[in-house]
Amino acid sequence: MSLDTATVRRIASLARIKVSDDALDHWTQEMNSILGWIEQLQQVNTDGVEPMSSVANMTLRQREDAITDGGIQDKVLANAPDATAGFYTVPKVVE
Amino acid sequence: MSNLTDLTMADALHGLESGDFSAVDLTRAYIGKMEAHKSLNAYITETPELALQQAEASDTRRRKGEAGAMDGMPIAMKDLFCTEGVRTTAASHMLENFVPTYESTVSGKLKAAGAVMLGKANLDEFAMGGANSNSYFGQAANPWKAAGDTGVRVPGGSSGGSAAAVAAHMAIAATGTDTGGSIRQPASYCGIVGVKPTYGRCSRWGVVAFASSLDQPGPMARTVADAALMLNVMAGFDPKDSTSADMAVPDFSAVLTGDIRGLKVGIPREYREGVSPEILAVWQQGEEWLRAAGAEVVEVSLPNTRAALATYYIIAPAEASSNLARYDGVRYGLRVPGDGLAEMYENTRAAGFGNEVKRRILIGTYVLSAGYYDAYYLKAQKVRALVARDFAEAYKQVDVLLTPTAPTTAFVAGSQEDPVTMYLNDVFTVPASLAGIPGAAVPVGLAANGLPLGLQLLGRPFDEETLLRVAGVIEEAAGFTARPEGF
Amino acid sequence: MSTTYTIDGETGPWELVIGLEVHAQVISQSKLFSGASTTFGAEPNTQVSLVDAAMPGMLPVINKECVAQAVRTGFGLNSAINRRSVFDRKNYFYADLPQGYQISQFKQPVVGEGWVDIDLEGGEVKRVRVERLHLEQDAGKSLHDQSPTKTFVDLNRSGVALMEIVSFPDMRSPDEAGAYVRKLRTIVRYLGTCDGNMEEGSMRCDVNVSVRKAGAEYGTRCEIKNVNSVRNMMLAIEYEARRQIEILEEGGSITQETRLWDAGKGITRSMRNKEEAHDYRYFPDPDLLPLVLEESFIEGIKATLPELPDAKKARFMSEYGLGDYDANVLVAEQDRAAFYEQVAKGRDAKIAANWVIVELLGALNKAGKDLAESPVSADKLGGLLDLMADNTISGRIAKDVFAEMVESGKDAGTIVEEKGLRQVTDTGAIDTLIDQVMAEHADKVAEYRSGKDKLFGFFVGQAMKRSQGKANPAMLNDLLKKKLDA
Ligand SMILES: [Mg+2]
Ligand SMILES: [Zn+2]
Repeated sequence: MSLDTATVRRIASLARIKVSDDALDHWTQEMNSILGWIEQLQQVNTDGVEPMSSVANMTLRQREDAITDGGIQDKVLANAPDATAGFYTVPKVVE
Repeated sequence: MSNLTDLTMADALHGLESGDFSAVDLTRAYIGKMEAHKSLNAYITETPELALQQAEASDTRRRKGEAGAMDGMPIAMKDLFCTEGVRTTAASHMLENFVPTYESTVSGKLKAAGAVMLGKANLDEFAMGGANSNSYFGQAANPWKAAGDTGVRVPGGSSGGSAAAVAAHMAIAATGTDTGGSIRQPASYCGIVGVKPTYGRCSRWGVVAFASSLDQPGPMARTVADAALMLNVMAGFDPKDSTSADMAVPDFSAVLTGDIRGLKVGIPREYREGVSPEILAVWQQGEEWLRAAGAEVVEVSLPNTRAALATYYIIAPAEASSNLARYDGVRYGLRVPGDGLAEMYENTRAAGFGNEVKRRILIGTYVLSAGYYDAYYLKAQKVRALVARDFAEAYKQVDVLLTPTAPTTAFVAGSQEDPVTMYLNDVFTVPASLAGIPGAAVPVGLAANGLPLGLQLLGRPFDEETLLRVAGVIEEAAGFTARPEGF
Repeated sequence: MSTTYTIDGETGPWELVIGLEVHAQVISQSKLFSGASTTFGAEPNTQVSLVDAAMPGMLPVINKECVAQAVRTGFGLNSAINRRSVFDRKNYFYADLPQGYQISQFKQPVVGEGWVDIDLEGGEVKRVRVERLHLEQDAGKSLHDQSPTKTFVDLNRSGVALMEIVSFPDMRSPDEAGAYVRKLRTIVRYLGTCDGNMEEGSMRCDVNVSVRKAGAEYGTRCEIKNVNSVRNMMLAIEYEARRQIEILEEGGSITQETRLWDAGKGITRSMRNKEEAHDYRYFPDPDLLPLVLEESFIEGIKATLPELPDAKKARFMSEYGLGDYDANVLVAEQDRAAFYEQVAKGRDAKIAANWVIVELLGALNKAGKDLAESPVSADKLGGLLDLMADNTISGRIAKDVFAEMVESGKDAGTIVEEKGLRQVTDTGAIDTLIDQVMAEHADKVAEYRSGKDKLFGFFVGQAMKRSQGKANPAMLNDLLKKKLDA
């Protein structure tokens, strides 16, 4: 599998990282080099192997339903680049 | 009192308890070291005033007989642990001005045990890297130099600032986090002890996430006993972390008996591949020390070792691509305006992340994307299962594994530009991360070039006791006392 | 079986194929993965934890009650409860999605396949299969009208638990889709797992619509979002089906896309500009572990389930002898069914049903009130029925008394006594009434006696009027007949 620049552009857009036209070739080349190296995995026989998502040999612990948090608007907004009237703000989104 | 910073944690605690010196004295001594060795760039943010306040409070507690397990111990905090009121950057431009309103569980435990925080240690951006060369705040340097070096050697990574600080006696110990070797490899490069506990042993709550299924905080110190003492404080169940193990924490300090008679030590044959004769020789030496102490050494096989590295470089970037999606310029961190929301995201993330972080986000996004998930991510999860199975099989035969920590000694900063070459440095540390098992790096000697060499011990899940006990035996036998010149 | 609903196009009738994804907000104190409150209407960003705001290093811990609610709902949908399920991350960027991903369930949902029986007109019942129910996080809220240049973001809703209930494409008309949503709402309300309020957004529907010629394969579907009432959903389905038919009949083809219902204009429109290439990159959330349900937990929930609407309806029909329509109306709401049962207890069940449905619900509807706000309690309504049953008042008077009860909240007996509405059953008194009427209308008596039978009603009316409606109608009839025919 070899990536072309259009795919890298699409991936960068999915990841919301601006990639300049100048840098696109470089990124494509680099990703191909890494993915080429990763390709070795295909040689490992994994027939019948269950995929492993976590090493923690446990199941999900569940908490009781109680209000134990919130009421910390100041903390929630403390680092916001542009908080206004208790809200976060972003450039206007047109729906 | 000129050599207060030479004391181990155990001795420093003894000295405080005996009244030989105060926590303020000790902290001042370390602050002096920090000032003297600023050029190492081991810290991103230094907090000397805070440290002195904490030291004073520590002295008060000790006078009242209320001292905690690490009371008055001046430590460096990897700048990946969120610290309330103290800037936490993850070595990223993205979080350059981020001041958490909360304290990570682990740093909170250390605080509660009386530890004094000297500052926030340098690291690779978002813990992605093996040389600390991916820090927005600049390369941290290894205090060690090889003969004839003109440039600096890397301290390893990602916990490079922590390792450098401890090796240069700019902190009595430090916190690290290990995702694919980020505690063990820098410990090895800097000639100190680093312990990656079993996944789930130390809480991840409040630690800036890199790869959630792999990240694990752990101690970095100058001796095994110090690391054990610090792990006692850091470890423990945390209901705020769903992957935290609800298990009792044994007293790790109590297990360093030196008695390993009858213990079975495995030597994984696959780890010999491509290893330099010098490292092979040290490894052999390690075997002999353990044999001499009454352990039985046997060869074992971990057949999927080679595949583990590529597996790691699928899983870690995949998780990272998702974990780092929250850095979007909306709620905290850098915001670079743009025409509309989408462009603001793209500008912010393009400016906020360095190249290695972008590289991994792009790889991670790709391996999870439609049409590639099965070939990459799912495949990697299956190989991960095989890697874990390899260890489980090995632990049916042996109690602990002995391996090199890294294929080389610390390299010259800037000498490894190619990402894949860089990734290969993790070959001995990554498999244990994938399997979630505990590991420790112990310094054992110097290479011909004068740089430290370390050996790695790997243990059964949640058997840090055996791991540390064997590490203590290696440490004792090696008698590693060398110091980087000028530190 | 009724005939299939179709829409006629130029080329003949078209059949509709409809599937629904319903997002139902779980009733719980705190959020799915954080301890912040779920109540609405608070100041912006005050019901937000550091987890909900996706601060660096924050981790999710699941709320047990949300899991229980999902399992409860699963039972209500006759579904398989999966002993093991997995939480995945659905990755996309949006201003009100702080983590950059939504924690949801993709490959292994907590609830598997099941079904819902929907009640159609004429007593017909249709089974709609449910594909799955999974738990996921709600997003925050974007406010676009607060500033000319900015969108404001409030995360109070961020992280509130939702159940996404996905049906198979089994519905064939707007009515069926409407009946399905109403039935789901009834079920979740019975179970107490969601308040079912579509207007307030605690139940939201995404509708998948396609059209086909009878017997043909499924056509390409479009997903319609933003329908906030059953009525709007039904209108949106019909509009969308007609739009698709028109395109197909002009030789075009349908593009699979997400469309927005514009209730003001009554149309659906493409969201393509916003949509772009979505690639959600689902993968298991590494911050969480597989959710494994203990048998005892599942059994515990099963043991405490309420009687569900279908079972209750069947019982009302067999136990009380009610017809399909009455039973449906009464079981549509749990409190209504309970109210009815209290009224019917020890009384004529059919009369009770009639009074609850026609009089009480009619009056409440007129007043715009809920049953919970009813001025007439079940016991009071029962008291009224008792007065009818023992002939204290007639049915006609009862309606007046009831109107007074609605007005004043007083009980029936008090009103009857206060207003002297007690029915006259004394034959002497009725005789007197009749005599007075006959004396007053001697001419009409003569006409009647000469064969104009129709006048009988006139005499009844006059006599009843004179009694102020209180004469026992049967006795009045009887005695009047005797006297006139004498
Ligand atoms: Mg959906
Ligand atoms: Zn959904």
